[in-house]
Amino acid sequence: MITNETTSTTTDPSELVDERLVRWYFLAACTFLGVSMLGGLLMAFQLVHWNPLNGIELLAPGRWRMVHTNAVAYGFLANAFLGALHWAVPRLTLHQVASRALSYFIFFAWQAIVLLTAAGIIFGPSLQTSQWVAAAASKYHLAMSLGAQGLEWGETPFWIDPVALLGLALVAYNFMVPIARAKPPLYVTMWYFMAAFVWTFLTYAMGNLMPEYHVAGTSAGAVGGLFIHDLVGLFVTPLGWGLMYYFVPIMLKKPIWSHGLSLVGFWGLAFFYPLNGIHHFLYTPIPMFLQYGAVIATVAVELVVTTVIVNFFGTLWGNGRAVVTNLPVRWFYTGMIFYFLTCLQCAMQVTLTFQKLIHFTDWVVGHAHLVMFGVFSMWLFGIMTYLFPRLLGRNWYSHALLEWHYWLSALGVLVMATDLILAGLFQGYFWASLQPWDVSLVGSYPFWVTRVFAGLAMFLGFLCFVYNLWMTYRGVRSPAAEATPASATWLG
Amino acid sequence: MFESKAGILFIAGIGFFALAFVSNALVPVLMYRDLPEQTAEEVVNPKLLYQVKELSWRFPVAFEEHVGAPDEDDDAAWKETAASLLRLGRQVYIGEGCWHCHSQFVRPVSNESKRWGPVSKTEEYENELQRPVMFGTRRVGPDLSREGGRRSSDWHAVHFFNPEWVSPDSPMPRYTWLFDGSPQRPNKRGLALIAYIQWLGSWLDSYPYYEELDVLREQDF
Ligand code: HEC
Ligand code: HEM
Repeated sequence: MITNETTSTTTDPSELVDERLVRWYFLAACTFLGVSMLGGLLMAFQLVHWNPLNGIELLAPGRWRMVHTNAVAYGFLANAFLGALHWAVPRLTLHQVASRALSYFIFFAWQAIVLLTAAGIIFGPSLQTSQWVAAAASKYHLAMSLGAQGLEWGETPFWIDPVALLGLALVAYNFMVPIARAKPPLYVTMWYFMAAFVWTFLTYAMGNLMPEYHVAGTSAGAVGGLFIHDLVGLFVTPLGWGLMYYFVPIMLKKPIWSHGLSLVGFWGLAFFYPLNGIHHFLYTPIPMFLQYGAVIATVAVELVVTTVIVNFFGTLWGNGRAVVTNLPVRWFYTGMIFYFLTCLQCAMQVTLTFQKLIHFTDWVVGHAHLVMFGVFSMWLFGIMTYLFPRLLGRNWYSHALLEWHYWLSALGVLVMATDLILAGLFQGYFWASLQPWDVSLVGSYPFWVTRVFAGLAMFLGFLCFVYNLWMTYRGVRSPAAEATPASATWLG
Repeated sequence: MFESKAGILFIAGIGFFALAFVSNALVPVLMYRDLPEQTAEEVVNPKLLYQVKELSWRFPVAFEEHVGAPDEDDDAAWKETAASLLRLGRQVYIGEGCWHCHSQFVRPVSNESKRWGPVSKTEEYENELQRPVMFGTRRVGPDLSREGGRRSSDWHAVHFFNPEWVSPDSPMPRYTWLFDGSPQRPNKRGLALIAYIQWLGSWLDSYPYYEELDVLREQDF
């Protein structure tokens, strides 16, 4: 097994890595995260009747909720991952990406895809009855609208899908070339990345083409379940873990605890994760034996996840103080704790007993934020906190603001998730006891109010980060930062 | 094999993905391949036809302007009108994100069939309008798969224009842009959405049993 240190010292990394591109990707990611959070807040305000913009077509909460989830997945997570990949892959393989020109093309194409998706979601429905759309629809027999398509995270309008697929294929090519050139053995990170490039492309193609063009009804539900699941499990998760296998040993200056467990983690995930798809649609008319299969595979994933967590805490063993003294490590390990909690939650909620109660409720939304924000966003924030000083060639403007970012995010998401999970239980009981629907709305109100404030805290934390970044960019150094010589270790 | 490029690429990357695809997606697709997928025209039923005609009586000016009312006895033309309204209505339903707050399937658990009527069956979804299927993942508002005929179309018009007028605690957003200024004047998208909502569940022989449910009757409809 090769360790990260050996790879990064043998060649001059600045020749391998296009740092400007990494920076651009991170900035794009932050921009879209801001947009997405505003969309989430809009829906959160709507639910508690505080939305002053209610009734404005282009600010419709329903449309912005889709912008919220899409901007997070394709605008924030994908961009941040691409930035981190441009940093990590050349360093690990000791080869440049296939083509720098292609890298820049992908960068701009990807931003265009994200922006056009948002534009399609927001403007598409308004154009639906205009003359030329009606004419085109009847001419080309388009059953679809210019706006969102009806699959969660697959809302990407149909006219963008081919472009996005091409983009994903180019991304895979651009990174696969250096991986192919690298001398074996491959480091763990590379297993995850390689698989993720293949999976993301296949998943996207499956979810955005099949339920829209080929199959209807229950079968479309099965494909759709597989799609939403694979997007989290085969795009976000492997890239996230791959990056952890890369950054954690660097930060802690020691190799991963157990190579055997790394193997178990990777192959377990690869085998069981995709088999979970149908667990999103339990108790639907999808055949019951398939539902049981998905439930069992899901519980298996939990066991696999535990081995990965054990591996990482084994690595931390003996360096526990790093969690206090090293901010990126703290982001990483907080994310891992949240990951474990999410998966524990998942093992419960996937059982048919729990499904009766919590399906369709805010429990699921709590789960979604816990994993998307509490885990993957945290890891990416940790990576950005570590990399920005290196990318900009200067220290952070303010460490206090970095701490604020951490604490507001961590506590914000903890409160939000707990609150929504509890809300879900209440909603489930209100519905099952056949109370009028209003009762469940009134009963959810305090939870929804709490969620608004938790969301505001997360947003405030994000603003601290952005302001800090802005000041760092401008080269300002706060007096406090000058006074702490320990900053080097604190930032890994 | 476990750490080689080929092993990861072909076994984990393609092989395991394909395995899941076959078992989780292809199996149901093959199981239901004999169920014919109906077109929008084929799912138009007498109840829906009546609802659409009723829309034209209730909103004569708007209907004439945006849809164009066919001759009263020309059933084929009405059918076509109804089908095109369903198609557009479904697009509005998706584009506005209704499906992120409303589900379309009644589960066999949690007393749902008491609240909303018969548990959903596969056959109900085998049509063009369920592509992609509108099962939904979240219920902020109630399930809509048996909503058709439950409320009158003018109730829906007022409700879409401003939900709080008929349901004071409702967090559902206003959809004023589906109207030309007032709930009496739905525009094309508005009419289509109402028709789509009135279609949901209209294929069942009986409407749900709300009336049999005491707790629900207390609600101020
Ligand atoms: C923010 C979530 C939300 C969105 C988005 C939303 N709704 Fe609702 N809807 C609700 C809630 C909550 C209720 C229950 C309170 C009420 O009657 O308004 C409801 C009630 C309804 C009802 C009445 C159900 C009944 O018989 O009691 C219909 C019909 C309906 N919605 C249709 C739609 C349509 C069509 C759209 C999209 C244009 C939509 N909803 C978008 C939350 C939402
Ligand atoms: C400012 C902070 C945020 C607020 C106020 C917020 C609010 C919301 C709201 C109101 C919904 C709709 C819930 C519903 O349908 O009932 C939602 C859904 C969602 N949000 Fe957020 N959000 C925030 C940040 C984020 C972030 C940062 C991420 C990911 C990194 C995220 C991921 C998601 C996902 C995946 C869903 C879909 C959940 C589902 O369908 O089950 N959110 N959010």
